[in-house]
Formats: sequence, structure tokens, C-alpha cells
Amino acid sequence: MEYLIGIQGPDFVLVAADNVAASSIIQMKHDYDKMFKLSEKILLLCVGEAGDTVQFAEYIQKNVQLYKMRNGYELSPSAAANFTRKNLAEYLRSRTPYHVNLLLAGYDDTDGPGLYYMDYMSSLAKAPFAAHGYGAFLTLSILDRHYKPDLTREEALDLLKMCVEELNRRFILNLPSFSVRVIDREGIHDLEKITPSTK
Amino acid sequence: MALEDICGFKNSPLHRKLSPASCFEDTATFLHMNDNSGTLLNFFMPSFLSSAAFTCRSLAKPSLTVRRPFNLSHGTTTLGFIFQGGVIAAADTRASAGGLVACPFVHKISPIHSHLVVTSSGSGADCMLWERILRREIRLYQLRHSRCLSICGTAKLLSFMLHPFKGTDVCVALTLCGWDKELIYVCSDGARLQGDIFSVGSGSPYAYGILDGSLRWSLSNEEAISLAREAVFRATHRDAYSGNHVDLFHITAQGWSLLHHPVNKNCINDL
Repeated sequence: MEYLIGIQGPDFVLVAADNVAASSIIQMKHDYDKMFKLSEKILLLCVGEAGDTVQFAEYIQKNVQLYKMRNGYELSPSAAANFTRKNLAEYLRSRTPYHVNLLLAGYDDTDGPGLYYMDYMSSLAKAPFAAHGYGAFLTLSILDRHYKPDLTREEALDLLKMCVEELNRRFILNLPSFSVRVIDREGIHDLEKITPSTK
Repeated sequence: MALEDICGFKNSPLHRKLSPASCFEDTATFLHMNDNSGTLLNFFMPSFLSSAAFTCRSLAKPSLTVRRPFNLSHGTTTLGFIFQGGVIAAADTRASAGGLVACPFVHKISPIHSHLVVTSSGSGADCMLWERILRREIRLYQLRHSRCLSICGTAKLLSFMLHPFKGTDVCVALTLCGWDKELIYVCSDGARLQGDIFSVGSGSPYAYGILDGSLRWSLSNEEAISLAREAVFRATHRDAYSGNHVDLFHITAQGWSLLHHPVNKNCINDL
């Protein structure tokens, strides 16, 4: 029902998430933000079971900020991703596993941009592009076809719009708008929301 | 809580045996169940929780300890919305248990303090208990810090208190309606959403149908009240588990006020 997508370029990461917060058949909110800012250059996108998403994401967010307070410098995206995965793994075999699917996107000053795909089974993969949700079935092939590692920001945004249009055409559920953000050397920037045109 | 303090229940062997501390696996959750004075909130967890090694929460079987004579039903229509004149909270007054109207005049909206009101849906007993716990915690906060906790803080506190019971049969869906024009929906699944308009319960789709079409920021007080009443009325007309009267609260910067109407035109208990 929910959709996350991330596309990594040579010096930026573009991420987008839908804005629907649903409860059974009702859209309770249509401007809900599924991205959590872990630090100045790291975003965590989180979907999954109702309460688990916010609880887990806020837990990770506060721990990353605590690390910065204690040590004086921020966790790198790779370290944050591995920390998140470790927490997921620890809770997986407890009485209260977190059923969440995540994308972690960040910019490291030494290593450059990074996009990390994590799922509720606590797998972790660094990928040039990734998507979560039923919408991923429809859009991963588009990403496979049109992605190139040196794509510009405009090309990445066009690729994202192609994916959103495909969802609008073929996905059974209505996802009226998507928040879009890009992370680069300067930090996290909000872009205009994408609202697919009605066909 | 108070009664067991007086009875000295904490020192009895039964309490030590059933101490909830063993049911929580990490200290963070344990601390949440303590209020700051250190007294434990004693909830007796069903025994299956402590013995399962790995339970997928979504497949958890219902509690085997208490057999109910009838199915719990979550029939209700409650709604809340924000407009220029403050916040309106409305609800029907029918408590249903399966196909039976258990009580035709239940208060589903109750005040937490002078400027905060909560609408409840889900299991009636759970809602009453958790409203009472919330009232207690807010009052304690007020006494300790000599100021009211903000609505966001209240919602977060409630959400964290409900989190250990996720996956059990606790079913509460509360909408906190507060004076600074905030509306937050908190549910025992863990959802916590802030918004401008919420409707909860089995009659909520019908209420959304009326509200989404006519709700505007610029409504006058009378128009907003009559819109809320009509939305609940239409929901009670279609939904079997909602009915009887409509309770309405209007929350402004001066506090909440309950709107009584001696002859409720929209009362349908004569059907």
C-alpha cells in the first residue's frame, strides 16, 4: 500500500515517499511525511506496520543524535545503516519484532552518496536504486531500464516521475501525492511534491 | 492503583509472583510503565506472552485466560475537526456488544483537563481504563511541573504507554482534541497521527462522506456544530452499531463546553 523509492546519482541521492497514512480502507491523512531526518545529511524512509514505523524510526533517530552529542561527530551513512540493521536483527528474534521496511539515504563527505535498502528481516544492501512496497513490482523494471550511474539530477527526477506515472496508471490504489527530497554535499533539500496527473 | 496501595497488595506473595517486570524484556519499556514516583502500574499480562520464544505479533491468538460470553464489537462513530472557531468533537452514544445495545447513553467523549478532550472508540472497558490512566498522568505532570503537558506530549505519552500492549487484545482508538487547535489520533496499534479532521469507528466512512464535502475553515460556530451533528447522524442511520444520541464538545482557548440539546432532533432511538 505504501511506496518508497531512492535513486543514487554521482553526487546526490534522490528519495521519494507517498503521503498516505491509511487505516483499513480509510485514508486518515494525505500529507503524512514518512521521512525521518537522522542527521544533516542522512534521511531514513520508513514504512510498515502502524506503530512500529514511528517507534523504530524515532528510536534510531534519537540514538544517532545521541552519538553525535557524546562523540562530537556524526555517524556516517554506512555506520547508521549498519546500526539500524543491527537493531532490527536484535529485535527480530525477540517477542516484539519490528515489522518495518526502510531506505536509508545519505551523503558522506569522504565516500559520497549512498542508498541502503533494509527490510523487516534485517537484510541490508547498498544499492544504486531501490524501492519498497507493492509499487516496487511495477517500477523496478523501469529503474533497471533507464538508470545510469552518472545520471544528472534532472534525469533522476524524470526517472522518478516516470515511476510515479506508471503507478498512477497501473497500481490499484490511489496514491495522490509523493514527497521528494534530495541529499547532496550541502545537505537535505526539499523538492516540490509530485502529484500524478489523472488519466 | 490506589486501592492496592491501601491494601498493601505490593507486599503480598501474589504481587511478587505476578510482577510485570518479568514480562518486559528491556528496561526502557519497564521504565515507561513506572510513573515517576516508582509505583508500578500493575497490569497482569496474559501468560502466553512470557512463554513464547518468538511470536509473530500479527498471528497472536486471543487471550486464553478470559472467555467472553459475547463478541467484542467496536461499533461507534466519533469525529473531530478543526475550524476557525476552535475544535469540535462529536460522537454517538451507543455501546454495542455483538448485536445487543448494551447501553444507549454512553459518554464517548470525556475531558482530560479543562482544555483537552478525548473521544474514544474500540473496546469500552479499555477506553475507560486508558482515559483514566491518561487523566492521572496528566494531572501528575501538572502538579510536578506546574504547567500543562502539550497535546503532542500527551499523545506521545499515551502512545508509549500503549506500546507494550501491542499485539494483545487491547483495542483503543482515541482522538485527543485540544485547545491550541490540535487534533491527534492515537491507537493501540501504535499509530499516532496529527491532522485537521479525523473520524474513527465503524461509522467513520459515512461520517467522512458528509464531512469531506462540507467542511471549510471559515465555518461559523453554529454551522460547524450542525455539520458535526449531521455527520454523526448520517453515520448512525447507516451503521447498525452506532446510534441513539449525539454528544458534542466545542473546545476553544477558554476551554471545552458540552453542547446539550434537550430534544435531540437526530435521536433515532424511537425507531
